Amino acid sequence: MSRFLIPAAIFLALAGVLYVAVVHSPNKSTMQSALLGKPVPEFNLPVLGRPGMTVSKAQLSGRPWVLNVWGTWCVACREEHAALLEIARQNALPLVGLSWKDEDDLALDWLKQLGNPYSVVAVDHDGRTAIEFGVYGAPETFFIDADGRVQYRHVGPMTPEVWEREFLARVPRGGLP
Amino acid sequence: MIPELGQFALILALVLAGAQAFFGLFGAARGDLRWQAVVRPAVAGQFVLVSTAIGVLVHAFVTFDFSVLYVASNSNSALPTFYRVAALWGAHEGSLLLWAWILAAWTLAVAIASRNLPASFASRVLGVLGFVSFGFLLFTIATSNPFERIFPVPADGRDLNPVLQDPALAIHPPMLYMGYVGMSVAFAFACAAMLEGKLDQTWARWTRPWTTTAWAFLGIGIALGSWWAYYELGWGGYWFWDPVENASFMPWLVATALIHSLAATEKRGVFKSWTLLLAILAFSLSLLGTFLVRSGVLTSVHSFAADPTRGLFILGFLIVIVGGALALYAWRAPLLRSPAGFEGTAREAFLLYNNIFLVVAAAMVLVGTLAPLIADALGAAPLSVGSPYFDKLFPMLMLPLGALIAIGIHAAWKRGQLGSSRGRILSGFGVALLSGLVLVYGVYGASKPLTPIGMVLGVWIILSSLFDPIDRLRRKLSLPRAIIGMTLAHVGLGVGLLAISMVESYTVERDAAIAPGETLVLGRYGYRFNSIKEIEGPNYDGVRAEVTVLRDGAPVATLHPEQRNYWVQRSTLTEAGIARRWNLDMFVALSKNVGGGRWSVRAQLRPFLGWVWLSAGLMALGAVFAVSDRRYRVRASAKESAGEPTIAQGSAAEAS
Repeated sequence: MSRFLIPAAIFLALAGVLYVAVVHSPNKSTMQSALLGKPVPEFNLPVLGRPGMTVSKAQLSGRPWVLNVWGTWCVACREEHAALLEIARQNALPLVGLSWKDEDDLALDWLKQLGNPYSVVAVDHDGRTAIEFGVYGAPETFFIDADGRVQYRHVGPMTPEVWEREFLARVPRGGLP
Repeated sequence: MIPELGQFALILALVLAGAQAFFGLFGAARGDLRWQAVVRPAVAGQFVLVSTAIGVLVHAFVTFDFSVLYVASNSNSALPTFYRVAALWGAHEGSLLLWAWILAAWTLAVAIASRNLPASFASRVLGVLGFVSFGFLLFTIATSNPFERIFPVPADGRDLNPVLQDPALAIHPPMLYMGYVGMSVAFAFACAAMLEGKLDQTWARWTRPWTTTAWAFLGIGIALGSWWAYYELGWGGYWFWDPVENASFMPWLVATALIHSLAATEKRGVFKSWTLLLAILAFSLSLLGTFLVRSGVLTSVHSFAADPTRGLFILGFLIVIVGGALALYAWRAPLLRSPAGFEGTAREAFLLYNNIFLVVAAAMVLVGTLAPLIADALGAAPLSVGSPYFDKLFPMLMLPLGALIAIGIHAAWKRGQLGSSRGRILSGFGVALLSGLVLVYGVYGASKPLTPIGMVLGVWIILSSLFDPIDRLRRKLSLPRAIIGMTLAHVGLGVGLLAISMVESYTVERDAAIAPGETLVLGRYGYRFNSIKEIEGPNYDGVRAEVTVLRDGAPVATLHPEQRNYWVQRSTLTEAGIARRWNLDMFVALSKNVGGGRWSVRAQLRPFLGWVWLSAGLMALGAVFAVSDRRYRVRASAKESAGEPTIAQGSAAEAS
């Protein structure tokens, strides 16, 4: 009898995983509340393609900016790339990339091939900074205000609609300094 | 008023599905023929009602009834009629309705075809299908009502996702659902057999054509999706190991194992409990696929919405259906004995090895797909395994399987007698080795280490599959459709292995920004960018370029890649320009305007890519032949199903 129970046991374990996944799944309201208004974690990361240079939280503070977490291994990042290029063309907000757990060569190739929408790309090899940001999965995009606080977080591929509704709308009137 | 009729029809269908499940299962358990007599009318009524609901929703789309939320969200006055109908399954609610309708259609087919089966068995099969249908209809009505109204009524709709405005993708979901839902028939047969406590070779013969049909639809659906990704996404790939692709690939792998295991159960009475388990797994993975796509727990190219309520509902449903079936399996399967023994080189043994490889491959894909979820559940750091994981592991399972197939095709039932086939095996291998090596080192040049292995195995499988049919023709023996079907499918597999090895090794690509008049050089080929002009479609505008492909300076093809901006959803899509020769795909996609009249383009040469689709086509055609074999058309009465292998002991049964 016992060996015939194995499939059921495996299935139960799987169901447990799926249950946790559903409960944790990118639910906008809970994700927002955990991060909304909190200051961005401190970081000081190497810059992609510029050996020796680093980018830190302090350097970016003083004006609103956008952080986009991506990886060449992430299919949805590829999907949003065209939208990011369009956004970069508008030049409304600085778009900072976070190359998440990726190989630099691959990331540089990607930007060369598909175009580079980022003002600067920070490299997060071990994924520590992403964890401190509470990144659930790539791609994710954060709106950070002039005081260095997270004002909005978008999970999943960026679209022109989301950009206009959730990001551009948060830029203070009168434009950027 | 009309949309409310659709909703009402769905609620009535739910009631009938409940009746079908209750009277089917308990009628059989009590041996009450009057209860069982309720089942077939309930099936027919349910089909009519769900068809009505589908008709109502199509009507709302065709007549631009934007007071229906689903229509307003997925259609637009500028959307062409064909896509207004296809928009029916363009998002979550309509997809579920389509699922329910296809299930109702399959159930109706089973109800009609099962009239010659033992009454209690047929009742149980239909009862299980009714139970599945009940769950899906309840899910639709409770969480995803496609007939929900919106007020105030918008002046125009938000349009169908432009990604879906494509002929291949428009018919991809129905094909895939035909496969997914078709697996429910094998599942219902398995549950009914466990409830009856009886599983004989006749059972396997009943189950086989249904399973093969569902398998064929699933294969076509997967191929269409991959074909679409190839020319529409503009990346030039055909398979990305995306979670949603994996979700359809896992049931296909297990269903492939199942159709082979069913063959062994039918011919030799072996692997009974294993076959049952595979039948349960194939449908469970279909449900899991639906869960992954519809709950939005995995972000992917295809996922459109995340809704935890829906996720929890499907999960609950999954637990009831799959958990119930597996519990039944744990209770009943130990009672089944497989009396016949076989030798380690017999056909049964090779089918067992094939099954092990296929199931392990499915498990590997499952682990890779769920890795982010498993890491999350264990509290580990977010983790996503991309194609490197699959690209490394999958060939390691498929290449040994290829060799087993090439040898196993020659094995006989019960006793291996591989010795007598030694000549065939060695001569096939010799020819394959020679032609594969000539292709690799003589024609295309040395490449990745796995390339020659894949190509030799591909040719070997093709040759091995052809020995028996050619031998039969030469000896003027009959060539039953079952054998033609099996041969076609195996040749298709060999072709696919060959094609994928070629594509993965010899694709050349280049990305560059070029202006009209310039030529992008790719080996002996050149892509000359002639001109670019603006175009306007029914609901988009964009640009179309003209690119001439030159080979050694002489024009061989003209390509027209496009980039389209859909007005309402404001998204940009690429349509690749592709010219296909028998041994080569020439591909070009526009990626962006870099200014100064220059466009960055991606140009590729992919040898033998067309053969990947040919492979899928051959497998599906093989299924058509196998299902139309004579022995399934000869209606078996319940009496001759006494368990002894009476059916077609002739040559047809021996080989398939």
